Amino acid sequence: MSALDVGQALPRRRMEVLPALTPLLVALVAAPFIGSLSTFVTLTAAGLAMGMMIFTMASGLTLVFGMMDVLNFGHGAFIALGAYAASLVLLPLANWSSADSFWANLAVFILAALAAAVISGAFGFVFERLIVKPVYGQHLKQILATIGGAIIAEQLLYALFGPAQIPLTLPRTFEGSFVFGDAAIEKYRVLATLVGLAVFAGEMLVLNRTRIGLLVRAGVENREMVEALGYRVDRLFVAVFMAGSALAGLGGAMMALYRGQAHGSMGGEFLVLCFIVIIIGGLGSVGGSFIASILVALIANYAGFLVPKLALVSNILAMVVVLLWRPRGLYPVSGR
Amino acid sequence: MSAALTLEGVHTHIGRYHILQGVDFDAPAGRTTMLLGRNGAGKTTTLRTVMGLWRASKGRIALGTTPLQILRASDVARLGVGYAPETMALFSDLSVKENLVLGARSGPLDDARLAWIFSYFPALKTFWLSRAGALSGGQKQMLSIARAIVEPRQLLLIDEPTKGLAPAIVGSLIACLNEIKATGVTILMVEQNFRVAREVGDEVRVMDNGRIVHRGPMAELAADEDLQNRLLGLSLDSHQ
Amino acid sequence: MSILSGDPPRGRALQILLILIVLALAGAPFLFHGAKPLNVAAKTCVMILLVASYDVLLGYAGIVSFAHVMFFGVGAYGVGVMLYALGASWGALLLGLVVAAVLSLALALAIGLFSLRVQSIFFAMVTLAVAYAFNVLASQLSWLTGGEDGRSFKVPGVLQPSFRLVRDKVFGVAITGKILSYYLVFAVVVIAFLVLLRVVNSPFGRVLQAIRENPFRAEALGYRIVFHRTLATCLSALGATLAGALFSLWLRYVGPDTALSFSIQVDVLVMVVVGGMGSLYGAIIGAALFVFAESYLQDVMAGLSQAAADARLPLLPALLHPDRWLLWLGLAFVLAVYFAPSGIVGALKADDAKRS
Repeated sequence: MSALDVGQALPRRRMEVLPALTPLLVALVAAPFIGSLSTFVTLTAAGLAMGMMIFTMASGLTLVFGMMDVLNFGHGAFIALGAYAASLVLLPLANWSSADSFWANLAVFILAALAAAVISGAFGFVFERLIVKPVYGQHLKQILATIGGAIIAEQLLYALFGPAQIPLTLPRTFEGSFVFGDAAIEKYRVLATLVGLAVFAGEMLVLNRTRIGLLVRAGVENREMVEALGYRVDRLFVAVFMAGSALAGLGGAMMALYRGQAHGSMGGEFLVLCFIVIIIGGLGSVGGSFIASILVALIANYAGFLVPKLALVSNILAMVVVLLWRPRGLYPVSGR
Repeated sequence: MSAALTLEGVHTHIGRYHILQGVDFDAPAGRTTMLLGRNGAGKTTTLRTVMGLWRASKGRIALGTTPLQILRASDVARLGVGYAPETMALFSDLSVKENLVLGARSGPLDDARLAWIFSYFPALKTFWLSRAGALSGGQKQMLSIARAIVEPRQLLLIDEPTKGLAPAIVGSLIACLNEIKATGVTILMVEQNFRVAREVGDEVRVMDNGRIVHRGPMAELAADEDLQNRLLGLSLDSHQ
Repeated sequence: MSILSGDPPRGRALQILLILIVLALAGAPFLFHGAKPLNVAAKTCVMILLVASYDVLLGYAGIVSFAHVMFFGVGAYGVGVMLYALGASWGALLLGLVVAAVLSLALALAIGLFSLRVQSIFFAMVTLAVAYAFNVLASQLSWLTGGEDGRSFKVPGVLQPSFRLVRDKVFGVAITGKILSYYLVFAVVVIAFLVLLRVVNSPFGRVLQAIRENPFRAEALGYRIVFHRTLATCLSALGATLAGALFSLWLRYVGPDTALSFSIQVDVLVMVVVGGMGSLYGAIIGAALFVFAESYLQDVMAGLSQAAADARLPLLPALLHPDRWLLWLGLAFVLAVYFAPSGIVGALKADDAKRS
């Protein structure tokens, strides 16, 4: 019998549940104001889908900041790049998209998603080595350097792809909606939700069941001690950075398909949103980002319906409210 | 067999503060050297510099014949250096098991070694799967030390292990350290508690203002109360 | 020496450069003929004030904020909306200025106090979000702000382009309201700059720098960190508000592009870094360089791009296209961050020290 077959006298600390319930609370509060059930269902489904896409974009950013205290203002560039990368697959293979075959449609979607992730991930590596690495530990310079990097990246995208928006069409299978009585749920939204959930599940698996995930979780708490235990934290960080940018690219591709077009300005637009999400969620916490993404997306959707004028600033208001309640976010990481 | 740790003319600057101002001493191979001194003398800075967490601005540090001052902390660790910092630096959101797994760099946890650790620190077995952050102060200290010794090391750097520990646990710790000593590890330990220092230490080095002001066998210092007062500023009794 | 508050620019090269810039700005209407150069000069003056007030926050107090342009916008819209709504009078102008100042102070206080609640790491991102929100609000309240189109308005009589001060030309230039407007902008910027110089060289300014260097130590020494930081934020906000008011007065127009867009914030960052953080004179150099490049570089690029296209070079025509001038700006900016972190001011000082 191994020394490892031991009891656990103290139960695992029960995860604080209240912060995770906030999206539910928001939904419950909004429901009576919305009135009709079908509208509520549509809005909620839209919110969930959008939340999943935002989560895909933002989860990498929270780990990057959590691990190395790196404020990457260039994160938006990966989002935009992913969208353009998807177009590199979708446009030449347009006949796969328009074909009447589920498998062809699925294949082109998967290829586009892969292209977005791989190309953004590779660019992430270049960005990290060239722009981020020289300014480790210097917050101000990081902010400035990554902003500069973001500007350069966006302009390069325009130089390479042209300044106009690039239209993207959904593969046939994912057009249209599932109709339940009065409620219509767009098929693509279901797909986006599934992809987002898969990303979340994958991240949780890696973080909690693999050695590298263990290192990342430890590094978010105290990277110095991880180094003192004999692990190359800088290499670990590059891997996390690449994964984060790959995910951002995937999120960007999904979002571009959702909107029907890809453009460099997506970068700046979603950067702010990502910041809001990781602040609300708690820097360094993937679970926190997950809840925060859903929260932010639901609020935006409900507000868009109920108080359209406030919709665009609803996220910022949500952030301020959350920070007043929990100054370090919904699920702050210990030791930060 | 473990090697001796030598420091020659080591200077360390933190920002514009000149903390270590020419530290010279050696911690003999296989022996336990206590690093004593008033608060702010530079003891923790010395350990951190040896570990590579802070870069020495001048001087040489060597483990045996291997120079350490140019290495990054992870390389120092890979030479077989275990570190239990003053702040314990546990990963609070990780379980006791996960904390120890991280300490066992070379491979999976060794059952026999674990059993031995559990014999001194039974709480770690009880709370094996619990979050490290939920442990009491004393238990955390145990975990920090356990992590440093979860694998055989060449050199152990231990910073104030008995701080805040109940006397019974201190006894456990002393027994554990004595058994580790028997394996022939070189130990450099910072300790404010002179009784513990006396029981565990073979050699003593006293620091003041970033320099070594006394070096010699522990037995010598333990026998000379006047010397203790002069160097450490307080009588033996108030250390209890 | 007291006009420069005992802090004159050091180094021969720096002094010469500054004198040249100031002289060029002082005599702009007479030295350069035409509308465009005067526009460039006016924008330079405004940017000097905007950047200098930002440097008080960033370079001296060490606070990273992305809400600076918000205050600029408040000043621009305050004056613009008042003049639009109440007609072109000095009273309306003054009222607009006062309202803008009060609003800016309120926002600055709110931001300063909010920073109490959150870690400083959050602060920068929060200011970004707040500025973004403000931007959106301004375009939403189109009944007030004119939305995307902005507001054009008339300025008080003396400043109108049709006004003539004297019938004859002076040094070949007609002294119209435009010239008077320019000198109003110039004079206000000069005074405001000197005031800022006085502030950063006062005990308050020194405490700010102490807080920037080592907040814990400063607190231990008894300085009230929150008070000093909030005051710095308010001062910086007022400077930006004034700059915004001047700019909208000059343009006789206010709109989201000219007063609120985030690209202005990025431009300010570039100017502050390239000019030199922690030195108000850096603001002068950074602003002059930037506005000049922005106005004239694109023409150069157009020519180069055409030449590259004619030579059938791949990719180069797209990279050199005048619309891509931000690309090269971004590159210069990143290089400055790495290799010249103290900006041009720092580089000139270092050169000077080496020579002596």
